[in-house]
Amino acid sequence: MTLALSGTADLCRGLEEHTRSVIRLKAPGAVPSSTGADFTVVRTSDDLKRAIQDSNEPIFAIDDGTGRFLLSEGLPRRAIAVPAQFSYLDAGDVIGIHAPSGKFRTLYRHNSRHNSFLVTERCNNYCLMCSQPPKDIDDWWILNEIRESLPLLDKNTRTLTFTGGEPLSDWIEFIGILADCRDQLPKTAIQVLTNGRAFAKSEIVDAWRKVNHPSLIAAIPVYAAVDHVHDYVVQAKGAFDETILGILKLKDRGQRVEVRVVLHALTAPMISETCRWIARNLPFVDHVALMGLENTGFAIANDAQLWIDPIDYQAALADAVDLLVAANVNVSVYNLQRCVLARSVWPYAAQSISDWKNAFVAECEPCTEKTRCAGFFSSGRPRRSKAISPIL
Amino acid sequence: MARFLAAEAFSSPSDGLSLLPFNFERTGTEQFLVSNMVGDFIRLTEDEIKKLIDLKLKAGDGLYEKAYAAHLITGSRQKSQQQLLALRLRSRMSFLREVTPLHMFVVTLRCEHSCPYCQVSRQSTDRSRFDMSEATAQRGLDIAFQSKSSRIKIEFQGGEPLLNFGLIKTIVSAAQTRSAVLGKKVDFVIATNLALLDDTILAFCKANEILLSTSLDGPADLHNKNRPRPGGNSYELAVSGIRRAQETLGSDRVGALMTTTEGSLDRVDEIIDEYLKLGLDGIFLRPLSPFGFAIKTKQYHRYDAQSWLEFYKRGLQRILDINHQGTPFREFYSSLILTRMLTDKPIGYVDLRSPAGVGIGALVYNYDGSVFASDEGRMLAETGDNAFRLGHVDEDDYRSLVLSDKLVDAISASLTQCAPECSTCVFESHCGANPVHHHATQGDALGIKPLSDFCARQKGIMRHLLRILDESPRDAAILRRWAGS
Repeated sequence: MTLALSGTADLCRGLEEHTRSVIRLKAPGAVPSSTGADFTVVRTSDDLKRAIQDSNEPIFAIDDGTGRFLLSEGLPRRAIAVPAQFSYLDAGDVIGIHAPSGKFRTLYRHNSRHNSFLVTERCNNYCLMCSQPPKDIDDWWILNEIRESLPLLDKNTRTLTFTGGEPLSDWIEFIGILADCRDQLPKTAIQVLTNGRAFAKSEIVDAWRKVNHPSLIAAIPVYAAVDHVHDYVVQAKGAFDETILGILKLKDRGQRVEVRVVLHALTAPMISETCRWIARNLPFVDHVALMGLENTGFAIANDAQLWIDPIDYQAALADAVDLLVAANVNVSVYNLQRCVLARSVWPYAAQSISDWKNAFVAECEPCTEKTRCAGFFSSGRPRRSKAISPIL
Repeated sequence: MARFLAAEAFSSPSDGLSLLPFNFERTGTEQFLVSNMVGDFIRLTEDEIKKLIDLKLKAGDGLYEKAYAAHLITGSRQKSQQQLLALRLRSRMSFLREVTPLHMFVVTLRCEHSCPYCQVSRQSTDRSRFDMSEATAQRGLDIAFQSKSSRIKIEFQGGEPLLNFGLIKTIVSAAQTRSAVLGKKVDFVIATNLALLDDTILAFCKANEILLSTSLDGPADLHNKNRPRPGGNSYELAVSGIRRAQETLGSDRVGALMTTTEGSLDRVDEIIDEYLKLGLDGIFLRPLSPFGFAIKTKQYHRYDAQSWLEFYKRGLQRILDINHQGTPFREFYSSLILTRMLTDKPIGYVDLRSPAGVGIGALVYNYDGSVFASDEGRMLAETGDNAFRLGHVDEDDYRSLVLSDKLVDAISASLTQCAPECSTCVFESHCGANPVHHHATQGDALGIKPLSDFCARQKGIMRHLLRILDESPRDAAILRRWAGS
């Protein structure tokens, strides 16, 4: 099942001072921090009454399904109430809320391994299979929201991803955020999903390096060894040249790079050639991820060009993994189920789908590999291979 | 939603196409082998190579994709294709950063063996005349520690270096002292026939982490015929020496080399089996070199490059079969070539590099203090040819030796990157200049390559390895494992 990561609050008051606010949930009774951003999470009328009696702290009320306790009187000055589908929210989670409309987004879940921040919806690529179709809108406010969020995150957060759009669209501001991560979350590994084209400019890659972040990686898609194939997939002429130059400049400056290949009908049939080329030309990248397609966003619109049953590229993918392994390149296969992968690929197949959109199907019940399997995307319009069947 | 553009919108480079440098050779009536600037190979038909040269290719025709991925073409205004080639070439050539990592000390020319193929022209008498003095050794060390490498290797050569073990001990101790002071790491190897190996020597090697490198030509009769000594027991002593060294120093601390003589040619399986029996992890199938006694005794001319290649190919097949049966075992020269063909690791191996490894890869300090650009160079001098004698430890320092006209001339004259035949050779990226060999065989550091047995062997080995990689997946999987590890 897919978690709702955004919605509209039933009540949002006391936040009118700013159009947008970032708040963090805290357990009832826990001491609030000096940030002023902590809201006590309450789930029942009793919780609510107790919280109101105990203190005048801000309240974050999650409906228990009855809708009744929201009517309680004597709410503190600052209070937010959200519908029952957000009952997954808990202490330590961080939320961004737009006070005038009550629209909010879950920015960070304390108990998740898959926290990511969308940096912008703008992008200079227009990938045929984009899961987050770009919009040419003025969304600089997101950068401020991220800046406000970072001090509220658990310092022990293991990984954080920045995605888009193209996170480097406003590169000066975004690299400032990386510096904030370095200072405020020194133990957190940072992954940035970028098309890499910005790094063709030396001033940008130099600024990136100067952050001197202890654990930062740029994850950059390369869809083919040939310019026109890549350019077509990303719908931008000249993108291949800039992306490859960007990777070279990052590595030249000792920065970590992951190469990502999304597998669909335009890339999967030639995945062996692409990986042979990566093994020969970019063996110094830190990781290569070969990724099953998430059938959402533009991928649905372009289904006719993009859909290929993973079982039909099983052999090519096995060959591709073998070539990378032989060249000592770290490789992982993401988003594909074990029953569609050659056994030689299993050791490299990761459980990669973010927890909030990960699911299995009925056939998976008896499967002995289920606990090690990536499973399926529950997002978008899932398509499945004809080869899905339990491994017994 | 903005409209998506069709594939055709991205298919023709608006700025036109340009060729990138490549070499090629005809391999059949319609077939060509093509290599790019860093030695990646692809095979093209005659029709394809003509279209490529005329730039009559377009996206989607298959040839464009092949040529682009192989860095044979680039969009005229694109930068990444050339940057990738530049980066890879820089990596491949970066062996040049470690200048003169190898220093060979000929601590004596005396030897108790009397091998007819000896490349050195060993001496059997007169200790005072043919042993290196301590003063000469210290001067040699001065020079060795002047080279810029962060890590140097000192190899003890002969004659039989164990005949002057006292000097080896002195040099090791002095080198360690200098290493500690200068922060330059130093490794040691003794090239020995092991006949004089004893517990004292083994203990010394163990205490100082010294590697042993020895000769093993094959089964007893062949080895003893190739390597006569009083008692006719060279084989027995070598084998027991290898075993003792393996036990005392560790199995990876002793290696053996074989030399191919006429008598070896039809016995490659037995030779390999000797190495297997001793638990060695591979063999170096090595042809005779045209130096020293090998010329004087006419050993060198007993077989040609073709017969050696047949010997090599049979041996390689035997080795591949051994691997298929589950025992990892390598042919070391093939491993080196495969590492060059399949990776961009810098390989400074002396016969596989250009600029040549003479002087800037290795220096040899002869027993009498003269300094040579390579081991083969001092072998030439033993037969009266001083072409690669760079100077003397008493008169020169590292700089004057390495910048001597003799050395600069030999290296610049032999660059494969611009030599006739080499510069257009499809194997150039993986081969090397071999000025001493060509000087010895043709009287010219560059040499006429179609007449060169070195060239014939190199091409023969590489063609053979490529054929296996292309046509025999099961064998190719083994060969790939040898590359780069």
